[in-house]
Amino acid sequence: MFELIGIPPQALLGQLFLGLINGSFYATLSLGLAVIFGLLHIINFAHGAFYMLGAFAAWFGLTHFGIGYWSALVLAPLIVGAAGIAVERLLIARISGLNVLYGLLLTFGLALVVQGLVRNFYGSSGLRYPVPADLAGGKNLGFMFLPWYRGWVLAISVVVCLTTWFVIERTRIGSTLRAAQENPGLVEAFGINVPRLVSLTYGVGVALAAFAGVLAAPIYSVQPEMGADLLIVVFAVVVIGGMGSILGSILTGLGLGLIEGLTKVFYPEASNVVIFVIMVVVLMIKPEGLFGSAQ
Amino acid sequence: MTDTSAPIGLTAARATPAAERDPKQLQRWIFVGLFLFLCAAPWFAYPIFVMKILCFALFASAFNLLFGYVGLLSFGHAAYFGMASYVAAYTAKFWPVTPEIAILLGTATATLMGLVFGAIAIRRQGIYFAMITLALAQLVYFFAIQTPKFTHGEDGLQGVPRGYLFGIFDLANDMTLYAMVLAIFMGGMLLIHRVIHSPFGQILQAIRDNEPRAISLGYRTQRYKLLGLVLSAGIAGLAGATKAIVFQVATLVDVHWSMSGEPILMTLVGGMGTIFGPMVGAAVIGVMQNYMQGLGSWLTVTQGLIFIFCVLAFRAGIVGTIGRLIRRDI
Repeated sequence: MFELIGIPPQALLGQLFLGLINGSFYATLSLGLAVIFGLLHIINFAHGAFYMLGAFAAWFGLTHFGIGYWSALVLAPLIVGAAGIAVERLLIARISGLNVLYGLLLTFGLALVVQGLVRNFYGSSGLRYPVPADLAGGKNLGFMFLPWYRGWVLAISVVVCLTTWFVIERTRIGSTLRAAQENPGLVEAFGINVPRLVSLTYGVGVALAAFAGVLAAPIYSVQPEMGADLLIVVFAVVVIGGMGSILGSILTGLGLGLIEGLTKVFYPEASNVVIFVIMVVVLMIKPEGLFGSAQ
Repeated sequence: MTDTSAPIGLTAARATPAAERDPKQLQRWIFVGLFLFLCAAPWFAYPIFVMKILCFALFASAFNLLFGYVGLLSFGHAAYFGMASYVAAYTAKFWPVTPEIAILLGTATATLMGLVFGAIAIRRQGIYFAMITLALAQLVYFFAIQTPKFTHGEDGLQGVPRGYLFGIFDLANDMTLYAMVLAIFMGGMLLIHRVIHSPFGQILQAIRDNEPRAISLGYRTQRYKLLGLVLSAGIAGLAGATKAIVFQVATLVDVHWSMSGEPILMTLVGGMGTIFGPMVGAAVIGVMQNYMQGLGSWLTVTQGLIFIFCVLAFRAGIVGTIGRLIRRDI
């Protein structure tokens, strides 16, 4: 096997793989942000809180009701998605038509409330969620050790992201959605209930975040701030990629995860900030983002 | 589709004929009253607490200069506030400088950061600007974590000496310190007031209300926005540096993203785009924080609820609502 500047390939590939895992979370979350932004024109600051709620719902179900991982993977996004729809109906719908910045402020407040409540009842120390028994262990591939669970996370994230892309770009419901982004008044004239479509879109967007949260629960510890810190990185990812293209969001997320992994190998001190630095560079060269279009 | 790019803030009050009268005169009288009130304040309130509110009032007013008058929502003002706080604390503790020099150095650092960050962030607008400033502030946060020699990591810089102002006045005396903080606060507020009513400030507001039109009138709006941001960052830094001397600490809390939320909340509560709104908001939130100190994360929940309430039902804020009632810009 090859060796790069004294870095054993095991470590290199291991870190790259970890990077891809992080990248799949960036991709799933930035995808949800882009879907919501497309129709609602708001940046959902509560996205990280919904991601945390997904992880937390999985932990809560397992601890108090013995609901297993696989059921949680379905139930948590459904519950959180339903909560998202309620939030959209009760709060966000009331500010449609106002300056977009109000949406950011409203969802920021929402994130504070959700995080504060969870911290109040369960503290800020991490709660442990075990790796599901079916996916425990892993396999030595010769060049690196592949834990089954992480392989599963990467695979299912890519599947979910591509499915979302397919639904939006290649199906009838997706074309309705895109039409509603372009001209909601006209779509409404065709007899489509646009406000309901908006609520559902928000629900699906936050359900995606909750799904990512359940996936993350066995990897990272479940704690109230897990989403907030991640969301700031995802914001940078969104700025780098631009929110114009679904596939662009997925590629940017995975790619930046990989770069972060590489940085961890070669210059670990910078791994926390490398995505922010890339954001600065992209803003200098192509302010509208890699896949964005100039407004 | 309704126009979601409508300018943020209050433009309604300005349309009424009564508001056509020069708002500066009333504002001057309010400044005089405010000064007299603050001179008397330490006799009926705990001076340290009043100084805390003054620092945050200046911080929120600096944020509002950018948000309320230029229309740029910065989610990263903790970077300026916190870094200035670190620099002031570090220089006051380890360098042989007097406190006013330490505060000036902190302010200068924040101003410079505003210039660099501003040059990057004003390339995008609206929500992108908010996300970029948040990301840049997070960069500063990680910098603070990873340079323990400078920031002393989790412990922060503690036991910062208050020192002697100009090498003469002993700031260990709370009243002397209060006089200095009051002077800094009034100076900062009058500067903001002056900027807003200057031709420069009028152009900033024109950019907020309709940027393409300002461009078509021949203004280089990017430069104006950048200068607005630099001023805002500098004044936020002044507030942070002063806070470091008053409380004799600078910690990671000062650069954390939650600190960026504080001036936003205060501005919303008090009234964005008003001169006196942010300081009223700072007083309200400061008093609330003081009463809820032992309640831990219920404070976060309450602040979140206030955010939601203000956005949904109270967008004019306290001072903005009063301004509408008396039909004056205050």
